[in-house]
Amino acid sequence: MSSGGFWSMGGYARFVWPCFGIAFAVLSWNVWAARRFYAAARLRTLRARAMAASET
Amino acid sequence: MTVGSRGEAPVLVGLGEAFGLVLRRELRLSFRRPDQLLQPLVFFLIVTTLFPLGLSVQLSLLREMAPGVLWVAALLSSLLSLDSLFKSDADDGTLEQLALSGQSLTLIVVAKTLAHWLVSGAALVLVSPLVGTALAIPTAAFATMMGSLALGTLTLSWLGAIGAGLTVGLKRGNVLLSLIVLPLAMPLLIFGAGATDRAISGTGALGALYLLAALCVLTCTLAPFAATAALRITLE
Amino acid sequence: MWTWFYRLASPPFVFRVAAALTPWFVALAALTIGYGVIAGLAFAPPDYQQGDAFRIIYVHVPSAWLSLFAYTTMAVAGAIALIWRIKIGHAVAAATAPIGASFTLLALVTGSLWGRPMWGTYWAWDPRLTSELILLFLYVGVMSLRPAFEDPGRGDRAAALLSIVGLVNVPIIHYSVVWWNSLHQGATVAKLGKPSMPGSMLWPLLSMSVGFMLFYGAILCIRLRGEVLNRERQATWVQEAVKS
Repeated sequence: MSSGGFWSMGGYARFVWPCFGIAFAVLSWNVWAARRFYAAARLRTLRARAMAASET
Repeated sequence: MTVGSRGEAPVLVGLGEAFGLVLRRELRLSFRRPDQLLQPLVFFLIVTTLFPLGLSVQLSLLREMAPGVLWVAALLSSLLSLDSLFKSDADDGTLEQLALSGQSLTLIVVAKTLAHWLVSGAALVLVSPLVGTALAIPTAAFATMMGSLALGTLTLSWLGAIGAGLTVGLKRGNVLLSLIVLPLAMPLLIFGAGATDRAISGTGALGALYLLAALCVLTCTLAPFAATAALRITLE
Repeated sequence: MWTWFYRLASPPFVFRVAAALTPWFVALAALTIGYGVIAGLAFAPPDYQQGDAFRIIYVHVPSAWLSLFAYTTMAVAGAIALIWRIKIGHAVAAATAPIGASFTLLALVTGSLWGRPMWGTYWAWDPRLTSELILLFLYVGVMSLRPAFEDPGRGDRAAALLSIVGLVNVPIIHYSVVWWNSLHQGATVAKLGKPSMPGSMLWPLLSMSVGFMLFYGAILCIRLRGEVLNRERQATWVQEAVKS
C-alpha cells in the first residue's frame, strides 16, 4: 500500500475517513456516557444512604 | 353485570351481549359529542387543502402527490382522534370498572376500538372522495383509494389502541402517542400510498392492497392482546 | 431446580459479575476492533467495483448488525421481565436502549456517506434504509416512554411492551433486501453457504462485528450496574457494594 494512496483512499477520502471518525466518536460517546451514568447512579445511592443514616 | 336481589354475586352477561353493550355505549357517547366527531374530519379536509395551497402545483403534479398527501392527512387526523379512545373513561374511572368487571378486557378493548374506527376511520373513508376530487385523483382510482384507506385506518386504530393504552393518563401523552404510533404506522403509509399511486397510474394495485390487507389482519389479530396488556400496565 | 437461573438474575450477583466482566470485554473488544480497523483500512485489497470506498463496510455493517442485535436484546429482556417478572430484564433493556440507538444512528450516517459515492445520493427511500430509520424512531419511542411514568416500574413495563411490539420491524429490515427490489446490497455474508467475499476482506469484517458486540457487552456492563443501583437503591446489599 502506498502512503499517498492510503490517506486518499483512492479518491474517496472525504467519505471513508469521516465514517471512521464518526464511528470513533460514537464509540467514545458510549464509553463516556456509560461511565457518567454509572457515576451519577453511584453518587445518588451514596447520598441516599447518607441521608437515611443521618435520619436514624 | 347485575347484582342479585338478595345481594348475590353479580352475574356476568354473555360475551356477545357484553360486546354489543360496550359497542353501543361507545357509539352513543360519540354521537352525543358531534363536535368531537367532526373535528378530526375537518382537520383531514383542512390538511389536504394545505398541500395544494402551499405548493401551488399544476393539476398533473397534484395527482402525483395526491396519494401521499391523502395518507399523511389521514394518519395525522387519526392520531388526533385516538386521544379520546381511552382518555375520558380513564379520567372518570370507568376504565377501571371495566377492567374489574370480570368480563374479558380484550373483548371490551375490541369493542371500543371498533367503535372508534367506525366514527373516525370509516368516516374518513366516506369523506375521501371529496378529498380525492380536490387532489385531482381520477375517479377510476377511487375504489382502490377508499379500500386502502379502509384497511389502513382500521390498522391504524389498532396501532393507536396500543399507543393509547400505553400513554393514557400521562402528561403530554398525545406527543408520546404520536411518537409511538407513527414509526409503527410507516409501513402502512408506504403500502397505502403505494396502492393508491398504482391505481392512479393504472398499474395493478392488487398486490399492494393484498399487502395492506395482510398488515391489517396481522394487526387485528395481535394488537388486541397488546392493547389489553398495555391497559393492564397502565391501570394496575 | 431453577435456582441457578434466578441466582443469575439476582441484582447483587449481576452487579458483581458485570464489574468483573467489564475489563475482559474491553480488552477483547479493543483487540478485535483494532485488528479489524487496521486490516480493513490497510491490508484488505481494494474492491473491484468500489475501490477504497468499500472500506466503509468495516464500520457500517457491524453497526447495522449491532443495531438489530441490541433492539432484539432489549425486546427479549423486556419480555423476560414482563412474563417471568425477572426485574433485571428491565435493567438490561434500559441499559441497552441508548447503546442500540447510537449504533443505529451510526449505521444510518455511515450508510449515507457510503451511498453518496456509490449510488450518487446521500439518501434514498428504499426499504432497508427506511426500515432502519424506523428502527431509530422505535428506539427513541421506547427511550421516551420509560421516563414518562411517575412509577418507574410501570414505565419499565410499558417500555418493554412497546419494544416487543416494535420487534416486528427487525425481520423486515433484515429481509427487506430479499423481499423488495432494493438499491441496497443483498446478503453477502449472512447467508447459508460460502459468503461471497474473499477472506482478506471478510476476516476484518467479522472481527469488527465481533468487536462491536464485545464493545456492546462492555458498555452494557457499565450501564447495567448504574441501572441496578438506580433500581435497588434501598436494598441492604447496595450499602456494602457501593462503598468499595
